[in-house]
Amino acid sequence: MSGPSPSFPESARVALANTQLRRNMGYATQTIRAKRALVVDELPDWEELRETGRAIKESVLRHLDEHLEALEQSVTRAGGQVHWARDADEANRIIAGIVSGHGATEIAKVKSITSDEIKLNEALAARGIEAIETDLAELIIQLDGDESSHFLVPAIHRNRAEIREIFLEHLDVDELSDDPRELAEAARLHLREKFLSARVGVSGANFAIAETGSVLVVESEGNGRMCTTLPPVLISLMGIEKVLPTFQDLEVFLQLLPRSSTGERMNPYTSVWTGTSEGDGPQEFHLVLLDNGRTAVLRDEIGRQTLNCIRCSACLNVCPVYSRTGGHAYNSVYPGPIGAILTPQLVGIHAAESLPYASTLCGACYEVCPVKINIPEVLVHLRGKVVRHKQAEHSGWRARLDPEAAAMAAMARVFSSRARYERAQRLARLGQAPLARRGPISHLPGGLMSGWTAMRDLKALPQRTFREWWVERDGSRADA
Amino acid sequence: MSSAREEILGRIHAATRDVPESEKADDVAVTRSYRQRHEASRDELVELFAERVADYRATVHHVRRASVADVVAEVCEARGATRMVAPADLPTEWRPSDGVEVIADENLSHEQLDGIDGVITGCAVGIAETGTIVLDGGPRQGRRAISLLPDYHLCLVEADQVVGGMPEAVSVLVDGVRSAGRPVTFISGPSATSDIELDRVEGVHGPRTLEVLIVGADPRTTAS
Repeated sequence: MSGPSPSFPESARVALANTQLRRNMGYATQTIRAKRALVVDELPDWEELRETGRAIKESVLRHLDEHLEALEQSVTRAGGQVHWARDADEANRIIAGIVSGHGATEIAKVKSITSDEIKLNEALAARGIEAIETDLAELIIQLDGDESSHFLVPAIHRNRAEIREIFLEHLDVDELSDDPRELAEAARLHLREKFLSARVGVSGANFAIAETGSVLVVESEGNGRMCTTLPPVLISLMGIEKVLPTFQDLEVFLQLLPRSSTGERMNPYTSVWTGTSEGDGPQEFHLVLLDNGRTAVLRDEIGRQTLNCIRCSACLNVCPVYSRTGGHAYNSVYPGPIGAILTPQLVGIHAAESLPYASTLCGACYEVCPVKINIPEVLVHLRGKVVRHKQAEHSGWRARLDPEAAAMAAMARVFSSRARYERAQRLARLGQAPLARRGPISHLPGGLMSGWTAMRDLKALPQRTFREWWVERDGSRADA
Repeated sequence: MSSAREEILGRIHAATRDVPESEKADDVAVTRSYRQRHEASRDELVELFAERVADYRATVHHVRRASVADVVAEVCEARGATRMVAPADLPTEWRPSDGVEVIADENLSHEQLDGIDGVITGCAVGIAETGTIVLDGGPRQGRRAISLLPDYHLCLVEADQVVGGMPEAVSVLVDGVRSAGRPVTFISGPSATSDIELDRVEGVHGPRTLEVLIVGADPRTTAS
C-alpha cells in the first residue's frame, strides 16, 4: 500500500471505461444490497444491536491496551502463543519464522484482508514458502495474478467465462464448462489434497475474545474450517482492533456481521477455537497481533471510530461511487467508503490524499454500517487534513496561488461582512448575465469552474434577493 | 519480541490520552437493549428451526424418538451412504438399524475420514431464528475433523436443544468455552459459495449435503 499510486480519479477513469467490470459490479452490489435489506428487516431489534455493537467497539478502543493484555493472557493459558508486530515487516518475519521452524515450504491459507495488507504471500514467497489461497475467489485471483476488488467476493469483477479460462490454464483439468457448479468442483478437488497435506494453516481473525482467548473465523465454503482444523500448526494474524471483551459480545456481532455482509441470517460456517484442544485440531497455535498504523488511527479522536469496522462490506454495496468503479480504483486492499477513510489514516494522508474525496457524502454508508461508523463525518475531517497538509507543504506564495485555497480565502472575506456580501451578490448578478440568459447556467467558463457544470446545471442567481425584496416592500408600505 | 509488545502498548496508551486515567475498562457502560429471549412456545421454535434450516437447502425431518434408528438407516440408504463415521459416544438408539456400517472415530487419520461416506453427530444447541446447528465437541459430537471431511453430515438435534436466537445459544455455549476451551463450530446449511457471479453453489470444501433429524419434535408428522 505504500509508494506512489495513481490518484482515485485517474484509476476510476480506467475502471469506468471497462464495461464488463461495470456490468459485473452493478449486478453484484445490487444483488447483495437487496439480500441484506431483506434479512435486516426481519430483525425487530436491528437498531438496538447496532447501538450495542458500536458501544462495545468504542469501549474496546478506549481501553485497547488492557483488552490486548487480557487476550494475551487467555490465549497463553489456553495453550497458544502470542506475538506482537509493530508493522508489516515484523509480522511477515514472525510468520515466516514459524513456518520455516517447522520445515514447511507450503501453507494453506484462509482469506484474510489483513494478510493482503501486509503482503504476506509475497513476503513468504521471497523466503521460499508458497501460500496457497483456499477461498474460491482468492484462488481465482491468485492463479491469475489479479487483485481483490471486494472484501466479501474478491473476484466479483470476473465472470464465469474468464474463471473457466483461468482454471483450464492453471489447474490440472482437461475439460471444464463455465457452470459455477463445475468450476467449484474443480477447485474442491484441487484443494482437497492441499488441505490433507498442509503442515501449517494460516488464517486471519474476525474477532478474538479477551476473556477466553477464543479466536473466530466467519466463512462460507469450509476452507476456513479446513485450515483451522487439519494442519498440526495454526497461525492467525489479526489487527489489534479486532479484540472483544467477552464471549457474550459474540451474540451481538454474530447477528450483525452475516446479515450485513452476505445478506444471510447466518453464514454457513463460523469456527471458534480457544488455544489448543487435546486430540482435536492443531496442537500448536500462534496469534500474531498487528499494529501497522492502527495506533495512529486510534490517536485521532474523530478518526478512531474507523477501527470499529468489522469488514462486512455493506458500505461498499450501497456506495454510488464504489458500485460504479469497483475496488481497484481505490489502490488499496481496503476499497469503498471504509477504505476511503481507513487507508489514508493507515498509510498517512500524504500517500492517499485523493481518497477522502472519493465519495458524494450521501451518507448511505453510515446508514447501513452495523457498528455505526460515521463515514461522512470522518471523510470531511480527513478532507480538512488534506487541505492543511497541502497548506503546510506549500507555505507562502505557493499556498496563496493554489486556486482552491485562494477561492476559499476570498469566500471567507466576503462572507465575513454584510456589505461585502451584498456587493458580491450584485457583482455576480451582473457577471452571470451572459451565461444565464435562458434560466439555469449550463456551462461555466474556464478550465477549473467548467468542471462544476460538466455533469449538471447551475441555478442562476435570482434577480432580487429576499433582503432586497423585504426592503422594497417596507418602502412601499411606508409610502402608502 | 517483548520490545514490540511494550512499544505497541505504549503507542496505545499515548493514543488514548483523552480517556481519563481513572476510567477502567469495566466502567464503560454498554447498554444491551436488544432481544435476549424469544417469546415463543417450544413447538413454534422447533417449527421455525426446521423452516430456517431448510431455507439453506438442507434436508430436515421430524422423527419420533422410538424410530430414530430406522430413519437414520433410511436416510443413509437414500444417500447411498454405506459407511458412516460417528463419535464413540453416539447413543445406540441413534445408530442405523441395518444396512449401514458405523465406524467409531478412534483416531482415524484425515485420509481415512476423507474416504468415508458420511458422519452422524449430535449437537450442542440449535438456533431457531437462524437455522443454525452448533457443535462444541461435547457429548455425541466428536472432534471437529469428523464432521468436516466426509461429504455428508447427518446431524441429530433433540427438540429441547432448540433455542430462539443467538443470545440464548451463546449462554448455552459459554461455560464449555470458559471452563474447557471447547472449540465451537456454527453450521448453517451445507458448505456454499457465491464467488462466481454470485451464483450460489452448495458444497465447496465442507460437507455438500447436510441433513437434520429433529428428534422427538412432533409425533404427528413422523416421516422421512
